[in-house]
Amino acid sequence: MTVFQAIFLVVAVVTLGGAVMVVTVRNLIHAALWLILSLFGVAVMYGLLSAPFFTVIQVVIYIGAIAILMIFAIMLTRRVAQEPGSSVNKGWWMAGLMSLVLFTALVWMFSTWSGFQTTLPQLPEGIDTIKVLGTALVSPDGYVIPFEIASVLLLAALIGAVVVAWERKT
Amino acid sequence: MISLSYFLVFAAALFCIGLYGVLARKNAIAVLMGIELMLNAVVINLIAFWRFRTPEMIAGQAFGVIVFAVAAAEVAVGLALFIAIFRRRNTIAADEIDLLKW
Repeated sequence: MTVFQAIFLVVAVVTLGGAVMVVTVRNLIHAALWLILSLFGVAVMYGLLSAPFFTVIQVVIYIGAIAILMIFAIMLTRRVAQEPGSSVNKGWWMAGLMSLVLFTALVWMFSTWSGFQTTLPQLPEGIDTIKVLGTALVSPDGYVIPFEIASVLLLAALIGAVVVAWERKT
Repeated sequence: MISLSYFLVFAAALFCIGLYGVLARKNAIAVLMGIELMLNAVVINLIAFWRFRTPEMIAGQAFGVIVFAVAAAEVAVGLALFIAIFRRRNTIAADEIDLLKW
């Protein structure tokens, strides 16, 4: 077993363990903290896949913004966060069964694909992927249209969130 | 030697755990956390396919960036909705938000 594999396995176990805690733990604040652990694990995965830009935006956007936003929302709705009674609905065993079936089906489907055992290729020499990504996102030959649409979407979401959560004094 | 299969199986497991959270949890914010896990699994897949199959093209990473933007927008609107619903109906349990159920 190489060092790379060892790191991968440790990070995978931590991430999946955190994810399981997110969906099972009763206290929502604790679930959010487990979510942060899981997101950190995913950030390390991006690092292992030599995508350092994604490691950074994972930490900044997911952990810095989304997870904190969720903790805020949980605190604003505190009363229901610790409601007595079950934290899962009546059909939870069906949900678990469906997830298991989907996982088995996915792995089986992947294993029939010829590229499943592709080994790690060398990155092309002398190319800075962050630079290439930045150029591709704003060049007309690249992804400038999706990039601009994403900007409009974010602006719409920003205004929409303010309008929806606005408290009207009547 | 590590192969693409490691990352695919890992992402599939993360996706299915998230799916369980979405389907089984009562609290709407917990459902949103499950959706976050699923989206992360998808981005891992995109980056893994880029790294293992086409490292000379940047398309995989560009798609990943777009998915990130959509995820951020989705969480902002989702949480705003939950806060508005909580204010009106005093609950965010997914099975009690049934205004549209006839």
